[in-house]
Amino acid sequence: MKAYKLKKEYLKEYLKSLEDFGEVWGPIKKKDIDVYEKISDYSLLNLNALRPILPLKKFLIPPKFNTFFYTKDGKYENALKDIKKRIIFGVHPCEIHALLVLDRLYKERYPDYYYLTHRKSTLIIAFSCVPDDKCFARSLNTHFVEEGFDLGFTDLDEYYLVWVGSSEGDDLLRHRLDLFEEKITSKDLNHYIEWRKWRDNQYQLNLDLTAMPDIMELSYDLEVWNEIGEKCLSCGTCSMVCPTCTCFNIVDHLGIDNEPGRRERFWDSCMLKIFALVAGGFNFREKRADRVKLWYTHKLKAFITEFGKPACVGCGRCIANCPVNINVLEITKILKGEEIKK
Amino acid sequence: MSENLYEPIPMRIVRRYDLIENVRFFQVRPVEIEKALTINYKPGQFMMVSLFGVSEAPFSISSSPSRPGLLEFGIRKIGVLTEQLFKLKENEIIHIRGPYGNGFPIEKMYEYNLIIIAGGLGAVPLRSLLLYALDNRDLFKKIYFLYGARRPNEMLFLREFLELKEREDLECLLTVDKDDTGTWTEKIGVVTELFRYLKDIDPQKTYAAVCGPPVMYRFVIDKLVNLQIPKHQILMTLERRMRCGMGKCGHCVIGSIYTCVDGPVFTYWDVLHMKDLI
Repeated sequence: MKAYKLKKEYLKEYLKSLEDFGEVWGPIKKKDIDVYEKISDYSLLNLNALRPILPLKKFLIPPKFNTFFYTKDGKYENALKDIKKRIIFGVHPCEIHALLVLDRLYKERYPDYYYLTHRKSTLIIAFSCVPDDKCFARSLNTHFVEEGFDLGFTDLDEYYLVWVGSSEGDDLLRHRLDLFEEKITSKDLNHYIEWRKWRDNQYQLNLDLTAMPDIMELSYDLEVWNEIGEKCLSCGTCSMVCPTCTCFNIVDHLGIDNEPGRRERFWDSCMLKIFALVAGGFNFREKRADRVKLWYTHKLKAFITEFGKPACVGCGRCIANCPVNINVLEITKILKGEEIKK
Repeated sequence: MSENLYEPIPMRIVRRYDLIENVRFFQVRPVEIEKALTINYKPGQFMMVSLFGVSEAPFSISSSPSRPGLLEFGIRKIGVLTEQLFKLKENEIIHIRGPYGNGFPIEKMYEYNLIIIAGGLGAVPLRSLLLYALDNRDLFKKIYFLYGARRPNEMLFLREFLELKEREDLECLLTVDKDDTGTWTEKIGVVTELFRYLKDIDPQKTYAAVCGPPVMYRFVIDKLVNLQIPKHQILMTLERRMRCGMGKCGHCVIGSIYTCVDGPVFTYWDVLHMKDLI
């Protein structure tokens, strides 16, 4: 993979120039919360943002969108309009790992038209990060990426090392080749090696998923799930913020007042009570404990069976956002009988 | 642009009538007649049926691919979508996409005896398998069709099944829990009581397919296990909430599997080693 250098003072100018390709989005702090936003003022870009509250999935499967309009002559008409090219800046390695999982889920076996359409219009500029006390990507080997981005920025103090990850990424870079430096010296190399060593050692949290599929299986009937279920509020926040949660619902709306009718697809969560309810009123997961158990079974067992890796990338969003502190670290600790900090 | 697999195709209702109270038979065909022969499916698969402005839901296919061109469903009026479906008449249009699901492992069942056991509405998907086997009679050994309903007026496809009794190449056994008409000429009792009519069956060379209300499974499976039919040759088809049919929306997930893609047909062994299936 070819790499270039970009002086830090050129970052904003460079990003602004990418508007020639499409909308430029990146993390911006709103009140106390980081969100991916379309950037109009590049000085608002929060380069220290670790986990924008809604992850990258919001660009690929919008939280709510119309899939079809019903026309008067009785046809389903594609409601998805051309999507403007979007360049998402500031995406950390763990989120790109989540993206790679979603790519498999949505591109293989019954390719999902809506995902593919959004995906094709989205360019990813990765950005290196220094973990905080909620990150645990290193223990899942998702703290570093070698694919899944178009350009990748590594912050090496006085400059960025910029990796070219795709042909389209190469176009982005060549657009302002004048800002980049092509020569990588042995000093740069040493600098990078030092940085990697230092940065990879900043992780404070560790998640050991060894034997997790077996542990999920063996713990299945244990009382502990009821205790967790008692604590859970069934609010679905974990599903909204988790970068690999993409369950959805589809609902039809009748057109009112000459508007066309529409079919809408929107994020759903298996934590919500009616998720498994069928016509006639039978609910396959009426109990909260069963829903929490399914959520974690799907992350820590089902995905390993299906894709060879868990659906947790160590981003820390469940740790940061669950109102009652149920998260992947706590759950694995409880199941393994390890001590829980109060 | 890639193909949009969520886009349903228009189908015309060519025939509909009530099978029993609140369960209606719908026979449909693609509005574009050239498409009629391109719809390939397997017994045990399902379709997503759409109504404008109402919703979309999965329904078992009741017809057999051995009789191509027309799709048949047996639909119970039970929710918002089905209530609207019941208002439609012949010639009106509904939208359908599919087929989805694994269906019955038909090829594996060739050269085997078949015991098909239905309870109530379970006759809808199993009729597909039954018709397929009868239309390809030489591919199977003995065929037994055991069907139980609560009362005579709750038995689906009654006339069709009574006619099957005249055939000598299958054993069609019908039973009701209770006869409140006084005119019922078939068996009385629960469906498991029909097992005593199964004679000289080599269990190793037998597949059983079961579909019915949840209470039925345990008793029927006990009987089949007693007959020493291998667990992986006992098949059942399950129901779950579904929104996509393609292993994406997550509603039908059970543990590590998607009912819509890995099912809806499962073996008794699946049920034993994967939790929460039934």
